[in-house]
Amino acid sequence: MNKSLDNIKLLQGNEACVQGALLAGVRFFAGYPITPSSEIAEGMAYYLPKLGGKFVQMEDEIASMAAIIGASIGGLKSLTATSGPGFTLKQENLGYAIINEIPCVIVNAQRGGPSTGLPTKPAQGDMMQARWGTHGDHSIIALAPSTVDEVFWLTIKAVNFSEKYRTPVILLLDEVIAHMREKVIIPEPEEIEIINRKKPTVPPEEYLPFKPDQDGIPPMANFGEGYRYHFTGLIHNQKGFPTSNPQEIDWHLRHIYNKIKQNAKNITLYQRHFLDDAKIALIAYGSVARAAERVVKLAREQGIKTGLLKLLTIWPFPEEELSRLANQVELMLVPEMNLGQIVLEVERVVRGKCQVISYNRVDGELINPEEILLKIQEEIEK
Amino acid sequence: MKNLIDRYIRKEMFPHIWCPGCGNGVVLGAIIRAIDDLKWDKNRIAMVSGIGCSSRITGYVDFCTMNTTHGRAIPFATGLKMAKPDMQVIVVMGDGDCSAIGGNHFIHAARRNLNLTAIIINNMIYGMTGGQFSPLTPTHRIGTTAPYGNIDQSFDLVKLAMAAGASYVARSTVYHIRQSISLIKKALNKKGFSVVEIISSCPISYGRLNKIRTPVDMMNWLKDIAVSSKAWENLSPQQREEKLIIGEFLDVDKPDYCALYTQLLEKAREEEVR
Amino acid sequence: MKDKEAVSVFQNNRVIISIRKNWCKACGICIEFCPKHVLMANEEGKPEPIKIDDCINCGLCELRCPDFAILVRGIEVKDE
Repeated sequence: MNKSLDNIKLLQGNEACVQGALLAGVRFFAGYPITPSSEIAEGMAYYLPKLGGKFVQMEDEIASMAAIIGASIGGLKSLTATSGPGFTLKQENLGYAIINEIPCVIVNAQRGGPSTGLPTKPAQGDMMQARWGTHGDHSIIALAPSTVDEVFWLTIKAVNFSEKYRTPVILLLDEVIAHMREKVIIPEPEEIEIINRKKPTVPPEEYLPFKPDQDGIPPMANFGEGYRYHFTGLIHNQKGFPTSNPQEIDWHLRHIYNKIKQNAKNITLYQRHFLDDAKIALIAYGSVARAAERVVKLAREQGIKTGLLKLLTIWPFPEEELSRLANQVELMLVPEMNLGQIVLEVERVVRGKCQVISYNRVDGELINPEEILLKIQEEIEK
Repeated sequence: MKNLIDRYIRKEMFPHIWCPGCGNGVVLGAIIRAIDDLKWDKNRIAMVSGIGCSSRITGYVDFCTMNTTHGRAIPFATGLKMAKPDMQVIVVMGDGDCSAIGGNHFIHAARRNLNLTAIIINNMIYGMTGGQFSPLTPTHRIGTTAPYGNIDQSFDLVKLAMAAGASYVARSTVYHIRQSISLIKKALNKKGFSVVEIISSCPISYGRLNKIRTPVDMMNWLKDIAVSSKAWENLSPQQREEKLIIGEFLDVDKPDYCALYTQLLEKAREEEVR
Repeated sequence: MKDKEAVSVFQNNRVIISIRKNWCKACGICIEFCPKHVLMANEEGKPEPIKIDDCINCGLCELRCPDFAILVRGIEVKDE
């Protein structure tokens, strides 16, 4: 690659998130200070105005979530960043974005929980909250980078997915990924694929704001551009007005659920490391995947055929790949910085086709490769 | 029949869901008439509401409309206004919506002096959920959650808005309809955060619980409790107890958030990237 | 249109009063606060302009109607 030195940066995860978001076209940020995500707000406050974008420090987390939805309806790509307690507060308005199919990105730099928990220590305790945090049936996209470079790229992906599928997208960092510094090569803008929301092609009088095209996604008109219509958090019909018609209700819920499901193939991102001949597969994501990558090397040095499936997309869950893998390996080990959340999904998908065990740590410390390796050795000896 | 109102409403949504004698429709009419006077383009108008009886207002008007979550209309509107500063953004809230669950957003929008017009339809009760008392229910009045009389002090929304930094603050009632229209019109035209509180009637919940049972009784009650600031001066403390001052309380010119943000953008562009 | 059929129109040579019966909820506000007592409740409690000749076209009934159900318009009279 012929990159000038200017493009090579030593960035913190949070800073990489800012750079990715700006390149993806994010022009609105609303947020509230919270550790360990505050550097994202600080970066946005500095850079957005230079690009003509808007930064607003809101009075709380709930307002921040509301504001990014409002700005997205006004046509700006919008992002907010938070951590556990703030993520909890955002859930109601996250549901509003889901039911109204509003593109926006929520970054959750995970810290230990519940409650105030461990503000300065990493955790992966919000995986299920990302999936089911807001009430009612719905779908969601959630991505989890494990390096600073991936933070950069997955932030761009998150923005693109949100625009393409008209949905909120959650980017799950953890305190380590958020604060660690690594090399990132910033590409030129023309090297990045940017996706913008589909706009209506019909005149305003024919526009049905919630009528999906063939691809399952309804075109979205921004407010102030000649299309007058209605958003409501109530279950609504394709015109956008509240409905109590059972058929319309059923259709609406299935639509917001299925539009992600039917596009899951294009959304589920993962990396396969040494899986081709593996008998043991590690399933890992976020900062734990870094340790897992090392474990693969250490285990293979001992002749244990181990591989890693690194999940970049958490939701929708990469069912197909895991299901395939379950036919090949004898054991799946799911190390997580929680008491076993994604392992439940793995068990569900594997359906007993191979053994699934978890390795968990919730003491605010990273999982190190040696302890995972030890777990593998124990299992082999059993 | 062809009339002014019909040019602004989504006729297919009518008759509306509000109870007989509910003031929400009266306020909706006042807002529409004020907008018609201003000759604004419907495409450039956004109306944002929260949750409650009053919030259904956004479903009935042919603007760009958002019926958002309880108490959060203002922050939704904040994002929209920042994204589309040349749109006229009107926020309509009920008393519980604005002053209880949304109270913090209300004072912070005033503090920022963001160019929004907040119209609060104050019927002094949570109507949709069945008549629970709100922060604007007067002390001693009855709510379904205050069966022995409300012991809470009520907010004075006008004073709250003024203290928090709004540019324009006014109050009227649905009985004083011509005044309501003219105050709303002034508020809409104001740069900065403008607030109009319209005291409204809820015969079904507030009226029934507090023995002001019919829509007509409620209108007469509003006529009776509302006094001008001049008339207020001549009232004894006891006479003042159940009265409310109506009229204009504040109309100041000061930099609004959008203007300040434009200056910030210029400053940011000049500064070198660090 | 359904709502068109439900409009009752009353007029003399100065004023037209239209009432959308389907939208009216019989709250009685227009009747009570008409300064000239033009309106009277029918058996459904909805207004009927029994004294339309007294109407001064002040528009208060229309402005205070919570349901956009009553409309008053003056007829322009040309001087001959």
